Amino acid sequence: MPFDLPMFFAFIIAFAILAYVVLDGFDLGVGILFPFLPVGRERDSAINSVAPVWDGNETWLVMGGGGLLAAFPLAYGMILSALYAPIIAMLLALVFRGVAFEFRWRDPRHRPLWDVAFTGGSIVAALAQGITLGALLQGIAVQNRTYAGGWFDWLTPFSLLVGVSLVCGYALLGSTWLVMKSEGSLQERCYRLAFRLGIATIVAMAAVSAATPFLREAYWLRWFAWPQVLFTAQVPVLVAIVTFVLFWSLRRGHHYTPFLMALALFGLGLAGLGISLYPFVVPPSVSIWDAAAPDDSLKFMLPGVLVMVPIILAYTGYSYWVFRGKTGHEGYH
Amino acid sequence: MFEGLDAIFLARLQFAFTVSFHFIFPSFSIGLASYLAVLEGLWLWTGRQVYLDLFKYWLKIFALAFGMGVVSGIVMSYQFGTNWSVFSDKAGPVIGPLMAYEVLTAFFLEAGFLGVMLFGMNRVGKGLHFAATLAVAVGTFFSAFWILSANSWMQTPAGYAINAGGQFVPADWWAIIFNPSFPYRLVHTVFGAYLTTALVVGAVGAWHLLRAIPAEKNANEGARVMFSMAMAMITVVAPLQIFAGDQHGLNTLEHQPVKVMAMEGHFKSYPDGAPLVLFGWPDEATGKNLFAVEIPKASSLILKHSWDAPLKGLDTVDRKDWPPVPVVFWAFRIMVGMGMLMLLLAAVSLLARVRRRLYDWPLLHRFALAMGPAGFVAVIAGWVTTEVGRQPYTVYGLLRTVDSASALDAPAVGASLLAFVIVYFFAFGAGTYYILKLMSHPPHRGEEGPRRDQPVRAAGITPAPAVAESLATGKEA
Repeated sequence: MPFDLPMFFAFIIAFAILAYVVLDGFDLGVGILFPFLPVGRERDSAINSVAPVWDGNETWLVMGGGGLLAAFPLAYGMILSALYAPIIAMLLALVFRGVAFEFRWRDPRHRPLWDVAFTGGSIVAALAQGITLGALLQGIAVQNRTYAGGWFDWLTPFSLLVGVSLVCGYALLGSTWLVMKSEGSLQERCYRLAFRLGIATIVAMAAVSAATPFLREAYWLRWFAWPQVLFTAQVPVLVAIVTFVLFWSLRRGHHYTPFLMALALFGLGLAGLGISLYPFVVPPSVSIWDAAAPDDSLKFMLPGVLVMVPIILAYTGYSYWVFRGKTGHEGYH
Repeated sequence: MFEGLDAIFLARLQFAFTVSFHFIFPSFSIGLASYLAVLEGLWLWTGRQVYLDLFKYWLKIFALAFGMGVVSGIVMSYQFGTNWSVFSDKAGPVIGPLMAYEVLTAFFLEAGFLGVMLFGMNRVGKGLHFAATLAVAVGTFFSAFWILSANSWMQTPAGYAINAGGQFVPADWWAIIFNPSFPYRLVHTVFGAYLTTALVVGAVGAWHLLRAIPAEKNANEGARVMFSMAMAMITVVAPLQIFAGDQHGLNTLEHQPVKVMAMEGHFKSYPDGAPLVLFGWPDEATGKNLFAVEIPKASSLILKHSWDAPLKGLDTVDRKDWPPVPVVFWAFRIMVGMGMLMLLLAAVSLLARVRRRLYDWPLLHRFALAMGPAGFVAVIAGWVTTEVGRQPYTVYGLLRTVDSASALDAPAVGASLLAFVIVYFFAFGAGTYYILKLMSHPPHRGEEGPRRDQPVRAAGITPAPAVAESLATGKEA
């Protein structure tokens, strides 16, 4: 694995995607869980717990998209045009949801309507992101540097399975986030929800993992060929350990551990994805190096990335630290 | 339902719709950020309460406008890939990094200074707060700098090479960033944003001056100060903008003469002085302007500074290289017309100021109120002129629009366009409604800033109140 500029930017974009998935994941999860929470204090507490951070979380999506265009323009064009429908659905859902978030407060008369928009937007966005991921994994037909497939190539049982899995996973992140951030009846409800969602997520992850090696022979070899299997087998082993700790901590009533374990599950999921895909960015044919912009473009961006990303991270970390602890139901503080 | 339409046309329509919607908000917030910095600076300098009240009044509106700009911007960063994948592949190595810097600058700002600016007043100290306000003003400018550089490169590409894969690759970054049309476009756009903001601020001031009952007129200090400041701004910037626009036009004539031919409605060449077509309907089929009102030789005077200077027309250009002439022609006239009205407002308000009737001349206030949206109209018309005038190319002279699109299918693009129109109508309609609602209340003494018990934040203004608080008190919130 050579470590050059394209590889460096591949890591940067993978990091932006991971940051987006786990950060926006828990606040989308809170939206998905909304119908399960009673109207009133519990809903207000839940939304207050993500109010200070959700929009910052979403900015990572812009970073991911903008970064992909800048560093891997070929892959950006191929992936987004192949996945036209789910991408557009995701964007519209996010716009709708973001607006619902703000206007829920400003327009109490129509609050039930905005709540529906908030949940609907969250579910559609999560489903569309999962479908996008699933469709990417099953491969994208390309010819002459452009997408050469049909309009509904993305719609398969596998991509739908990944879509539903991601909805479950985000809901798990959301419920464990609320376990960490809430008290009383909301927290008790979220312990129960998290337990069930934990089971659903593990089952879904197992189904996706079992199906992936059958999509392409390359994936099969990547996971099961000797001696690589000694390395790749660590992922499922770690998943098993994390799962055990997740359920144990939920049973024991821990506040922080369940959320951290849910984060770890997503991290391992992304590692698994990386193992399957590498060195391709658009499977089955376009590698990181095929898709990368020339070194002159990457070098030009390097100072900006090296200076600004650490500062953004430091500030984001600091702000989460400031907001640690439990949230009330009357506006955030 | 969309089978009869051309997929590329629909994709262009979708891009035009989403980018126009997106640009409405930044064109307002770029100017407003600077206005806020001026207000806070004046407050610190003079200590007058009214500047602080106005600062807090406009800060609430800024928060909403900035938020909507960010939400509509998410769509833009993906649409290049969904609809214009070939363009993304070919031009990505050059414009991608410019756009990446735009995203980084915006993100950097949102994460850092906006929160302090919105919620940190009284908590971080005056100096630090003013620094944050200045940083936001400078930052919005840099955001505009990068995105306009990318846009200008598409108009007047420079500093590139073409590689084996047919991609534009960077050869000289300095030449790419400061491509020939960029300095003119930057100045023209930033002036446009300042005028847009001044017209909105002036209209809000005028509205409250009109509504105030005569006995309370003198009490409404906030409305008077904002009206006066806005009119002063328009008086200074409107003439400058007309000069900058003229220079930008001359630059366009040098680098994109065909665009100017369409703007002027010059179908044929004029070897001894071209007429200025004031109005008319450019008919592409016959190559004539129907119902035209012309001033002989005036176009040559404006463009070449000589009555008899020859000007080439569209007859020297292959038909397949024409931009859509009527759109460019009329968008240009709408923009110029708005500019002339702004100049008139500038002159009338200057007259009122000299005669000390700035605050008690209802006719002027009605005029200023009616001109409230004029900046947005001019900005959108100006963008239509320059972007439609770039057709039939995405990268001018090098990459045709028809060769830039993804393998698009009309029903799919039509459906997504329809979905965008519906969602934007609801989402940004609601946002605009709340902005107008804020504007309908007059600024009053002891105005409060954005409320802390409501999440009135824009994207990324992470945990602003608590951060500001902990910065101020030196301990954790």
